[in-house]
Amino acid sequence: MSAVDTAARSGRAPSRLASGKVARTETKRAKTVTPRHKRASVTLGILMTLMLLYCLVPLWWLVVNSTKTMDSLYNSFAFWFSGEFALFQNIVDTFTYKDGIFLRWLGNTLVYVVVGAGGATLLATLAGYGLAKYNFPGRKWVFAIILGAMAIPASALAVPQFLLFSGLGLTNTPWSVIIPSMVSAFGLYLVWVYAREAIPDELLEAARLDGAGEIRIFFVIALRQLAPALITVLMFTVVATWNNYFLPLIMLSDAQWYPLPVGLAQWAAQSSAIGGQAVPNLVITGSLLTVIPISAAFLYLQRYWQSGLTAGSVK
Amino acid sequence: MTVAHVHAQPPAGVSTETYATVATTGTASKGGRRRRARRDWAGWWFVGPFMLIFGLVFVAPLLYAMYLSLFRETLMGGNSFVGLENYAKAMVDPKFWEAMLRVSIFLLVQVPIMLGLALFAALALDSARLRWVPFYRLSIFLPYAVPGVVAVMIWGYMYGSQFGLVADINRFFGVELPSPLAENFILLSIGNIVTWEFVGYNMLIFFSALKAVPQDLYEAAEIDGAGTFRTIFSIKLPSIRGAMVIATIFSVIGSFQLFNEPSILQTIAPNSITTYFTPNLYAFNLSFAGSQFNYAAAIAIVSGVITMVVAYLVQLAGEKNETKS
Repeated sequence: MSAVDTAARSGRAPSRLASGKVARTETKRAKTVTPRHKRASVTLGILMTLMLLYCLVPLWWLVVNSTKTMDSLYNSFAFWFSGEFALFQNIVDTFTYKDGIFLRWLGNTLVYVVVGAGGATLLATLAGYGLAKYNFPGRKWVFAIILGAMAIPASALAVPQFLLFSGLGLTNTPWSVIIPSMVSAFGLYLVWVYAREAIPDELLEAARLDGAGEIRIFFVIALRQLAPALITVLMFTVVATWNNYFLPLIMLSDAQWYPLPVGLAQWAAQSSAIGGQAVPNLVITGSLLTVIPISAAFLYLQRYWQSGLTAGSVK
Repeated sequence: MTVAHVHAQPPAGVSTETYATVATTGTASKGGRRRRARRDWAGWWFVGPFMLIFGLVFVAPLLYAMYLSLFRETLMGGNSFVGLENYAKAMVDPKFWEAMLRVSIFLLVQVPIMLGLALFAALALDSARLRWVPFYRLSIFLPYAVPGVVAVMIWGYMYGSQFGLVADINRFFGVELPSPLAENFILLSIGNIVTWEFVGYNMLIFFSALKAVPQDLYEAAEIDGAGTFRTIFSIKLPSIRGAMVIATIFSVIGSFQLFNEPSILQTIAPNSITTYFTPNLYAFNLSFAGSQFNYAAAIAIVSGVITMVVAYLVQLAGEKNETKS
């Protein structure tokens, strides 16, 4: 994988960056050994633009419709702005509806993400490193169990988890959402694959000869080497926890513990309930407010995916 | 299921330096299987915390669910041991098998389309014949970050007859299109939402793998005069087979465990989505609406086992192709 990394960084990454300036550097490139840049294909451009539109149009719809009043929501073209620009009013309404429960949900989601995804990343990094760099009794078993667990999706476990947590009296508490979020078998796998080659054994041996303890070696030496894998795991666990729906839906019955997705789904369902008040403008604006922070975090963290996940998908 | 996949790797993954060190210190067995000279309990300091939570979140619920599935709630409120009766009931439960059939159809149609689109996009990004690659890559990847709930609600509104795409088309052309939320189309509509959510994710898995293909392979192909398509089929696709198998397995699991999309669409299309639309929805409704925890546990276990078997078959098929070529 170190070879992969080197290839990704030195070989291809610069040529990718250059693709935007094909014309300017044309003559230069003709002499160098990068034969992979050819004339841009119009057909390919059109097909990829169609795909891009498919991916972005629903988000465009979300942005446009969160600026509309309830009235123009029903009576205007869905993909363009219309009527009064009501975005700020909608945001105020979203935060004040039902005594400001939306803010409470936002706070819950943040706590679940920080403790759940943060914990998952820490545990997966520790364990992945331990599996890659130590030979300990029971190691084979740990492997077999974890790899087996990767085949079991979180959603299949949700009902059994509910049954157990309910038996332990943990349901309807934040712990019932946080504890299951703290395990990422896939994250552990990524770190393990990465650690195997990113951390030379000689480095650890040298540190041991200098008298450093195992824990200290991890925090002072290994953690730095593992940073790309760690951030990749963080990205996946943050997205998964922020977007988690099934688990909190079944674990929590009290709306004050809901994370955003469960709360929004409840607002959306409200309109179809008998006697319920339809609040599509709040659902739409609330959705936009839910999407923005996670997209920002995601776009920021995804740069590190390159080196981190290449390893996981190739091996 | 990934067991076989990974076990095939370790010898290749161990660098020659490691072998050299181990050989010179002379503490490793000759078999070469043991990669580290040190064998003590220190590793548990690192693995222990994960395993503790893992036990509570994965192992214990599975064992508890297995235990529950062997009982039946009696009218008195207690549980009585019934052996495998719940499983026997599941085997002939038409609702369960209808749900299984539905997710199988979904799997056979949606997964190939989504992975095909993802592969096309990845090859396009990697082709060097597309400009603004980072822009396309990020935009197509972005829906992955959108919470599933929000994705379903956006598409649900757009499907709807009140303020969506379908409504606008109907109004503009004065036609009455069949509603995407009608019973006949709902599975297709769900497939579209799932494709939208995950096409970028799969694209990036393929793209990362393509970037790891050694440059000299392309140079050799170019010298041999191989064209674009020849390069794709002879070099690129074989090189990323591992990534394709992994993406397929994840998608298979996702299809069998379909829950979020139908569960949220249910509120706006109650007539099209039954309480047993997918196996997961069925287990959920059994435990929460029906309080049949024991039977729900059995259903969850059976559908989990079927998922694992199918995922394992995909894995085997992937390896079989590998030995052939």
